[in-house]
Amino acid sequence: MAKRIDVSGLTAYYGSHKAIEDISMTVEPRSVTAFIGPSGCGKSTFLRTLNRMHEVTPGGRVEGKVMLDDENLYGSEVDPVSVRRTVGMVFQRPNPFPTMSIFENVAAGLKLNGSYKKSELDGIVERSLKGANLWNEVKDRLNKPGAGLSGGQQQRLCIARAIAVEPDVLLMDEPCSALDPISTLAIEDLIGELKERFTIVIVTHNMQQAARVSDRTAFFNLAGVGQPGKLIEIDETERIFSNPSVQATEDYISGRFG
Amino acid sequence: MKTDIEPISSAAGSPPQVRTRSIGRAGDKIFLGLSRGSGIALLVIMAAIAAFLTYRAAVAISKDEANFLTTFEWNTGSSPMRFGIAVLAYGTVVSSVIAMVIAVPIAVGIALFISHYAPRRLAAPVAYVIDLLAAVPSIVYGLWGALFLVPHLTGLYTWFDDYLGWTGILSYQGGAARSLFTVGILLAIMILPIVTSVSREVFRQVPKMHEEAALALGATRWEVIRMAVLPFGRSGIISASMLGLGRALGETMAVATVLSPNFLIETSLLDPGGGTFAQNIASHFKEAGDGGRDALIASGLVLFVITLLVNGAARMIIARRKEYSGTAA
Amino acid sequence: MSNAVIDKSEAPGRASGPAPLRQARLPRWTPYALLVVSAAAGAGIGTALGMDSAFQWGLIAAVVFVLAGYGLGAVVEGGRQARDRLATSLVWVCFLLAVVPLLSLIWETIDRGRTVLDGYFLSHSMEGVQTILPGGGAYHAIIGTLEQVALAAVIAVPIGLLTAIYLVEYGRGRLAKAVTFFVDVMTGIPSIVAGLFILSFWIIILDFSYSGFAGAMALAILMMPIVVRSTEEMLKLVPDELREASLALGVPKWRTILKVVLPTAIGGITTGVMLAVARIAGESAPIVLLVFGAAGINNNPFEGAQSSLPYYIYEQWQLGNDASFNRAWAAALVLIAFVMILNLVARGIARWKAPKTGR
Repeated sequence: MAKRIDVSGLTAYYGSHKAIEDISMTVEPRSVTAFIGPSGCGKSTFLRTLNRMHEVTPGGRVEGKVMLDDENLYGSEVDPVSVRRTVGMVFQRPNPFPTMSIFENVAAGLKLNGSYKKSELDGIVERSLKGANLWNEVKDRLNKPGAGLSGGQQQRLCIARAIAVEPDVLLMDEPCSALDPISTLAIEDLIGELKERFTIVIVTHNMQQAARVSDRTAFFNLAGVGQPGKLIEIDETERIFSNPSVQATEDYISGRFG
Repeated sequence: MKTDIEPISSAAGSPPQVRTRSIGRAGDKIFLGLSRGSGIALLVIMAAIAAFLTYRAAVAISKDEANFLTTFEWNTGSSPMRFGIAVLAYGTVVSSVIAMVIAVPIAVGIALFISHYAPRRLAAPVAYVIDLLAAVPSIVYGLWGALFLVPHLTGLYTWFDDYLGWTGILSYQGGAARSLFTVGILLAIMILPIVTSVSREVFRQVPKMHEEAALALGATRWEVIRMAVLPFGRSGIISASMLGLGRALGETMAVATVLSPNFLIETSLLDPGGGTFAQNIASHFKEAGDGGRDALIASGLVLFVITLLVNGAARMIIARRKEYSGTAA
Repeated sequence: MSNAVIDKSEAPGRASGPAPLRQARLPRWTPYALLVVSAAAGAGIGTALGMDSAFQWGLIAAVVFVLAGYGLGAVVEGGRQARDRLATSLVWVCFLLAVVPLLSLIWETIDRGRTVLDGYFLSHSMEGVQTILPGGGAYHAIIGTLEQVALAAVIAVPIGLLTAIYLVEYGRGRLAKAVTFFVDVMTGIPSIVAGLFILSFWIIILDFSYSGFAGAMALAILMMPIVVRSTEEMLKLVPDELREASLALGVPKWRTILKVVLPTAIGGITTGVMLAVARIAGESAPIVLLVFGAAGINNNPFEGAQSSLPYYIYEQWQLGNDASFNRAWAAALVLIAFVMILNLVARGIARWKAPKTGR
């Protein structure tokens, strides 16, 4: 189930532009790891290399290793489709499929991976929606379009969709940046619950959020415009926010730049 | 949508530049009059088209000794005239349907090729060439169809006859392949560019985030297309097809050059014969007398009504889609 | 909040344990190898069964390519991957299926057209030429096309431009809605119907004779909606800030439109007009009904029958002998060249003059 991610010497490109350079880190299972840093520092790019979504962008390519337990995601035999099936992702803007109902949205990933009886599907959809703290709000209108929900509900629907296929890892790319404070709180609570079952990596612009939800925090920075982003340090969240070992981290956290 | 911009009008009680403003106002009035007049002129032309065609058609049908809708005959030289559109209606519909059946799947395929499959270096030139091909005049397609396509189809038709001749509709007696099926193939080639470019435009508008959502669930490229692209583009494909259908129904010269017409409905689609509204008008026009011209106008009116219906349906679907995707796109 | 941990064994339909990341994959060169194999199969089966049409060979090859890809995929990679492969090969086959006839059309036209296309062809008419003999040219048809298209543009462009201005700058309410709707309807009018309308109105009822001008009127009807549509699109791209800035300076609205809005959009409008011209230059159906065709040079579009390039092609094709076929191909080449040059120049202008705010 929840797995450890071990990244070593990872560099990602957009065409000839180097977006991130030589990143190595370990993400612990059953914990929340937050990525923070100024805009353009490559934290989202790095996140997308963890489920091979980066290479979907035209010109995107990656060097280095990402070990999921003992399997290299970039091994030559590895199928990127299976990687994305194993490492789920939630995006910045809620993106339920507009032509599908709430039920179909949650079941979308399952239907790709085999055939289920109606009763099995019902059970999984219900569990996933409960897991995303959305069941009570939508149980009476599962056949309504998912696009009719509020932004926060849509985002939780997307989380339900992602966890329905039982991934090992859940990546979240600024999941709250398009949401109001109340919805944000709901998602943050949910992240706290989900970490008992999944390895969670979250990119956030909001340092308070990183401090609230994460166990470990990684700080990314770039030397200048056009320069590749780099990992500055990763440590226990408490340590990063109280007593970071690198000056740049402290400057960023105390609001001196970024 | 544009914002409302009122012309600078009498802001209450500030009359310092009365002269220039009155000139401005007169200019505004003239200009508005001209442009509104043009719009009205367009409506008048449309009304006139309907009115004149209907009038001449009424004249013709009143002189028709046979049933206008069901007669298999086009005899306007003698008096009394006997003519009917049954064969033309059949030929027009059948050839257009064949064209749609061939062209729409291929066009959707090409559109997907350009939007999702082709290497980026190939996609842009292919799209450009397809757009250019939409500009090839129909008479050139006709010439190519008659002198190149027809001779090359006899082998294929013989083959159809060997294996599928028992169906009746695909039997082939030999001779030049100047049949409704050939017309259908040619029309398919002709409407391919328009259906492709409209579908491609729709596929391009599919929000990236929906495709990424599918990808992140572990979907293959085809599954991404089925989950995110086709549902989003469905109404666009339908309206693109209808636009293509409108073109196919009204195509004249390409059909006139390729088809070897008669006034019978052949069981086999591969045997020469039949006709379409537009082709019949072009082929019979030169020899037609006054009554004959009116009869052709009557058949043209029927074609006009059919294309109006088809295009109207396409526009309605597009309009509905705009409302639907207004928030998503 | 119920937060039952989903036990993996409860998730059915899935192999026990997490999905394996490794998948048996066909090597990357598989499609290319298949292409070669299926081409060979097409040719082989075709020859063996004594089929002489390249169409059949191509169809067999395409079918073999698609099925073999699917079969291999299904055996080695499993159903989902195989379906993906099937879709990919179908899409590629669609592309090839479409490209082949289109390339053939261009190739045939160039190859056969150039045999008689020369200075003589471009500068002589068919007056006094025996139709079954080589010789003669399309000068009269070129003159006809140029005059008819120019007249059509003179009628259609002002009406089209002003209508578009009305729709974008003034249009509100029922009239604008009606105009928008009927412009759409007009776009779909078959060219032969436009020809019949002018026939019934101008020739039958008003009793004028066949002339280039009658044809031009029908072409104008076909051209108007295209001009309106493209101009409308371009005017909508002009940012409202520009209009507001001008209006705020106290410039009357009509001068704002003439001096600010139109110049900003002029590149796109020109492109639209040129594309519309290219479109109607290839129209033959109304010409057959209204211009009637002539073998000699008639420089006056208002009096007597003329010819035009599309009509000339049709006429030469109908004559049905090798000399006339050659002339038809040559005229087709001239027409395609004319239309393509218009298209390329128009698109060039569009790219060069594109409003920077476009996207």
